[in-house]
Amino acid sequence: MSTQVKQNSKVSLFIPCLVDQVLPEIGLAMADLLRKLGYEISYNPRQTCCGQPAFNAGHRTEARTVARHFLQTFAEADYIVSPSGSCTAMVRNYYPVLFAKDDSLMTQVKSLQKRTFEISEFIYAENKVDQISGHLDLKVSIHNSCHSMRELGIDNQIEEIIRRIDGVEIFIPQVEHTCCGFGGLFSYKMPDIASAMAKSRFEAYNGADLDVLIVNDPGCIQHFRAEASSAGFKGEVLHLVEFLQKAMVSA
Amino acid sequence: MNNYSHFLKEAKTMAANETHRLKIKKAITSYETQVAAMKKQQFSDWREARDVATGIKNEVLENLPDLLQQFEEKLTSRGAKVLWAENAEQARNYIGEIIARHNARKVVKSKSMTTEEIELNEYLEKLGIENWESDLGELIVQLAGEKPYHIVTPAMHKSKSEIASLFVEKLGIEYTENAEELTMAARAHLRKAFVTADIGITGANFIIADEGAIVMTENEGNGRLGMACPKVHIAIAGIEKMLPRLADLSLFLPLLSTSGTGQQLTGYNSFVRGPQSATEPDGPEEMIVILLDNGRSGIYRQEKFQHVLRCIRCGACLNACPVFRTVGGHTYATTYQGPIGSIITPQLRGMGEWQHLAHACSLCGACTEVCPVGIDLHHLLLETRWQAEQEDAASKKWHFAIQMWSKVITKRKMVDALRPLLKLFIPVVKPFMSANQQKRLPEMAKKSFAQMWEKNEFSR
Ligand code: SF4
Repeated sequence: MSTQVKQNSKVSLFIPCLVDQVLPEIGLAMADLLRKLGYEISYNPRQTCCGQPAFNAGHRTEARTVARHFLQTFAEADYIVSPSGSCTAMVRNYYPVLFAKDDSLMTQVKSLQKRTFEISEFIYAENKVDQISGHLDLKVSIHNSCHSMRELGIDNQIEEIIRRIDGVEIFIPQVEHTCCGFGGLFSYKMPDIASAMAKSRFEAYNGADLDVLIVNDPGCIQHFRAEASSAGFKGEVLHLVEFLQKAMVSA
Repeated sequence: MNNYSHFLKEAKTMAANETHRLKIKKAITSYETQVAAMKKQQFSDWREARDVATGIKNEVLENLPDLLQQFEEKLTSRGAKVLWAENAEQARNYIGEIIARHNARKVVKSKSMTTEEIELNEYLEKLGIENWESDLGELIVQLAGEKPYHIVTPAMHKSKSEIASLFVEKLGIEYTENAEELTMAARAHLRKAFVTADIGITGANFIIADEGAIVMTENEGNGRLGMACPKVHIAIAGIEKMLPRLADLSLFLPLLSTSGTGQQLTGYNSFVRGPQSATEPDGPEEMIVILLDNGRSGIYRQEKFQHVLRCIRCGACLNACPVFRTVGGHTYATTYQGPIGSIITPQLRGMGEWQHLAHACSLCGACTEVCPVGIDLHHLLLETRWQAEQEDAASKKWHFAIQMWSKVITKRKMVDALRPLLKLFIPVVKPFMSANQQKRLPEMAKKSFAQMWEKNEFSR
């Protein structure tokens, strides 16, 4: 993402529905991180969801309703930062599909596209990587979500951020970049396939004895956590911002 | 049982099948290593090669009717016949007529997904025609009484020991797990067929407009024998197999072999330009090419879906797909499996009965990443979901739930008011769910993020 964010601009938190309802600590950790990096943050509680669950399942009429609400909620925001690669991809890549035939909304969508960031790409776009520091003696691995990687093109940004934390050992599995099996409603419609996919993914960490698996998408986190014990995974599954919160406190 | 229930049932069994998972993992890991090495070796820039190939295939789509006509004119000028089959039945009938005209009893077939698509084997069996599969993989699934597991590697799911036992039982050989010996056993079994068959039936990997030729790629040389020995050669090809120029093969042959099997070039590449000519010492007396539509022009007419016709059937998207790796090829119950199959099957065979395949996808995009002709596979699966809903073929239950959800989720007050109810509701429905469903029921947080924000519960 080449767009540079103006200095000292206000950051509006984009809290995905799953974070809002199930994993609010991820939202708190992201707010915490952004403050530490010197941002003034705001949050509009009218926001609820970007519409992705409906869109991905093929229900575009309903997705449009929810997305329109989202557009209104964030009309005023300077910069919008989310702890989810897939929700960011929804706004940046799929809103244009949803509103392709609606010229008036397309203008709003285009402006929103430029202002919306996933947290690790935001830290990057803002040149804030150097401001991250901390210490944790842990062995970790990174799961970059499929949407973050393939829709947003986030590559080793997350790894470089984590390398700023002293004491961390990063394990790179042989098989990188395989889906965890979440896929939104997919994992509810086809739970057996989704479970087996998580199991295969966990297999990549076999024998590595990880303390933490660091993930940048709440959907994957929810799925990994649900599957960890049956897959025999002993480590913790944390969001990047939760991990940084830990590391930066203990520094 | 409808197709969807059948799919879910099979998927459940396969998802729990560790032997299958490890077999496929092994096969695909070695495939991926070879592909990665070959991409590096053959292409200074794989993406660039993909873009050029995509451009050529787009050119095909823009000029398809003209190119098909050009192909027909060229090929027929050398004495071959071209027949146009609108659907599977017409294609089968053409073949039936040719068989009757020659009073044929015995057919030798090379590997061809198009013949699978028109269910030729079943048809020949009904006619009482002896039908020999000449491709080793196809022969294995034929002997096992199965359908191809994968469009490129039909017997990917069979281990060496399984193949050995099958050959002991069906071909009467001594048990061996030596790959070469097994291949030789199949060859010995097949050679008889080549010399005695009346008709050879093949597919085509490419059809070439400017040259009026068909091109077949294979690794055993059996397909080549199968079309050269018998008196009659029938080739059946989907109309999208077109390439404008012979020269395009300089890109498409290595592209297909790299993506398909991780080979520099497939072992045997045959170019056929007609029946035996006056100057040739041998070859079939008659050559017929059947150009198959069977729903393809329906795809061609849809702007959003047209570009799936660029597909060269390399199978890379199947290998990359984590769902395919989990459920295996047979679970799809289609001719074409994996991502490409899940897009074209609903288009070719009916949205109502096949749209569930578009939901057998986590939208990870691994397929799109590997496709050598730049097909936007995972986005087309999304489009299929939406199309199914527009055509009223999608699940009503889920749509209703999402309609209700969209009413609630756009109102913060309602969302927070309903939270306590949802918390009560989850334990009530839980006992009716399977273990894997129960696992992923979310545990609602005590307070939503919005409520926490309002109460100022932040570390500042
Ligand atoms: S869709 Fe692409 S990757 Fe899949 S079989 Fe066709 S050409 Fe190969």
